[in-house]
Amino acid sequence: MSVALTTPRFKDNVHEALHDARLQRAMNTAGNFVPRRAAAIERLPEFEALRDSARDIKNHTLAHLDLYLEAYEQRVTQAGGKVHYARDSEEARAIFLDLCKARGAKRVTKGKSMISEEIGLNHALEAAGIEAIETDLGEYIIQLRNEGPSHIIAPAIHVTRDDIEADFRKAHLHLPRDRDLSQPETLLSEAREILRQKFLSADIGVTGANFLIAETGASVIVTNEGNGDLTQILPKVHVVIASLEKITPTLDDVAQLLRVLARSATGQDMSVYTTLSTGPRRAGDPDGPEEYHVILLDNGRSSMLAGEFSDMLRCIRCGACMNHCPVYQAVGGHAYGWVYPGPMGAVLTPSLIGVKDGGQLPNASTFCGRCESVCPMKIPLPKMMRHWREREFERHLEPTPVRYGLGLWAFFATRPALYRFATNVATRAMALIGGGRGRFAWAPLAGGWTRYRDLPAPQGGTFQARWRAKSGAVN
Amino acid sequence: MSQGSPPGAGLRVGLFVTCLVDLMRPSVGFAAVKLLEDAGCKVVVPAQTCCGQPAYNSGDRADAKAIARQTMRAFAGCDYIVAPSGSCGGMLAKHYPELFADEPDASREAVAFAAKCREIVSFLTDTLGVERVKARYEGVATYHDSCSGLRELGIRAQPRKLLESVDGLRLVELEDSDVCCGFGGTFAVKYGELSGAIVAKKTDRIAATGADTLLAGDLGCLMNMAGKLSREGRQIRVRHVIEVLAGMTDDPPIGEGAAK
Repeated sequence: MSVALTTPRFKDNVHEALHDARLQRAMNTAGNFVPRRAAAIERLPEFEALRDSARDIKNHTLAHLDLYLEAYEQRVTQAGGKVHYARDSEEARAIFLDLCKARGAKRVTKGKSMISEEIGLNHALEAAGIEAIETDLGEYIIQLRNEGPSHIIAPAIHVTRDDIEADFRKAHLHLPRDRDLSQPETLLSEAREILRQKFLSADIGVTGANFLIAETGASVIVTNEGNGDLTQILPKVHVVIASLEKITPTLDDVAQLLRVLARSATGQDMSVYTTLSTGPRRAGDPDGPEEYHVILLDNGRSSMLAGEFSDMLRCIRCGACMNHCPVYQAVGGHAYGWVYPGPMGAVLTPSLIGVKDGGQLPNASTFCGRCESVCPMKIPLPKMMRHWREREFERHLEPTPVRYGLGLWAFFATRPALYRFATNVATRAMALIGGGRGRFAWAPLAGGWTRYRDLPAPQGGTFQARWRAKSGAVN
Repeated sequence: MSQGSPPGAGLRVGLFVTCLVDLMRPSVGFAAVKLLEDAGCKVVVPAQTCCGQPAYNSGDRADAKAIARQTMRAFAGCDYIVAPSGSCGGMLAKHYPELFADEPDASREAVAFAAKCREIVSFLTDTLGVERVKARYEGVATYHDSCSGLRELGIRAQPRKLLESVDGLRLVELEDSDVCCGFGGTFAVKYGELSGAIVAKKTDRIAATGADTLLAGDLGCLMNMAGKLSREGRQIRVRHVIEVLAGMTDDPPIGEGAAK
């Protein structure tokens, strides 16, 4: 595995996250994505119709992905670029390292890219003696901290301003010690100062892509800092790393998807920069790279196309699901233990690393449905988490006590007469024990409940028994 | 609404009481019966166990289907099936058709059954057109929107509207009332610590309203919030919304004993 995987110990991660006072402080003060999104949507009456349209565009694309991929490759080639197909992370890394080797590259600047996280590009570059520099401010911060992103659009959402100041003072030793780093602006300008020198000396620039347009062969990135533009324009070689479901048929389609993307993500009508790049610099262009490559990653996605998880391939990575998720908001993104956190991560992670390692995530959901209600692509996230639970159940992967308890419960629940008798006796007994205070501070087999809250006691006797006694009726 | 004849007159309504109300808090079932009968409905209570949600959400489709079939059989002959829960109501009305999507015959049956299923407050207001109740409750109440009722069945304005007609009750809004309380059925036990952290945020919000009463439409969520409030030593009465709407608040609140 290219990225340190701790998903199988999700519960331990949760415990640590809940007891990490610094993290909890950061999560409680982090952003206000929820009200911003709500306000942006309030301003756009046709937002619901746009969601339908966005979903339809992606569904159509996925149904004809083979054709659009071919068309896209043709256009990229016509524009003077080259498309490389990578079946998995290892192939993607190898292709990239070959490109580096052929150009003798020593320094690579990077725009924000979740696919580069998925394939573990930074570690591979480091191992090959190549310096990788994250140029998105959030990514730059977590790179200094030797961490992965904890959110797909706000990678450093788990750190506080004080943490960043400390990280900068530790890393930027050549700067005066008495400089003022108390404001977001001073932190930003310090990072900008440092990164500017790196942009100018990089051999290769890497970006991800929000969309790849089949009609024109362009890759599209949306950013707020402009670092992506400098990454892809200044070095001699621009490499785009993207997964294959980023293909979108036309520029018009992209324009529609953009209308739901930023609003869902940050509550902006548009991100500050929307940048299209098509092939290398042409004769007469004032700037641009000499070479343009696209590494298209599959990594299991093509096998999702035909199955019950295909809806997940509509995801445009806005992050709205995690911004609205009670679980994500309680523990942050690192607890999820791999690259993709939140509800989208809970569905995607088992697809990419297997349900055996990733199965905790789709289980750790209350099915509150808030993620689906805000997803701009109308992805039925809870339904797909339930599908993962079905896969686990079929393969007997859930813990034995859970399966045993469920089986015992189902035995009674499918035998109404026995159920009515047993429950009436049991609730009467429980009411006798706990009825005085009306609650239990501890109950057998319910430690997961009573360690954290009281268990209200039953009133005693079931409704069905009382109803029959009262009405004397059998209906 | 025609004069004299109540809106539910002539309707045979099956009460799907839900396993939690059946086992933990029968008084909610009787409140449901009162509200339905006040609206003129003929209430029947066929022998029943559970809607099957625990199996369905644990990935056990076979048992979920067996329980669903049993439930559909038990309630055959009812004009409507009404549950005092958005979660179980959502299971009957939204998930039964999904559960049988791969079996054409059963699927038709599930779709027809689902079309008759309602959550009780939504049934009274949206289906029967009830606009007010005759009840009295002294207190300042706040209302939590349980997730399934809110997002699967569109229940938000309806309980607030009926609560407005309760004499003596003042309703104050709960910040983030649409955010999950952390119950999630078996989630609350399987991921107890996480569930406990989520409900702690909820009880902070509840306390911040200054209300003396917390109401909601799902007993699972109510038990979760009541259990956290009492563990934190907060003096807030917790009740199912229909206990208040039916004017049946003689039983102690959730998590409080008769001795208190």
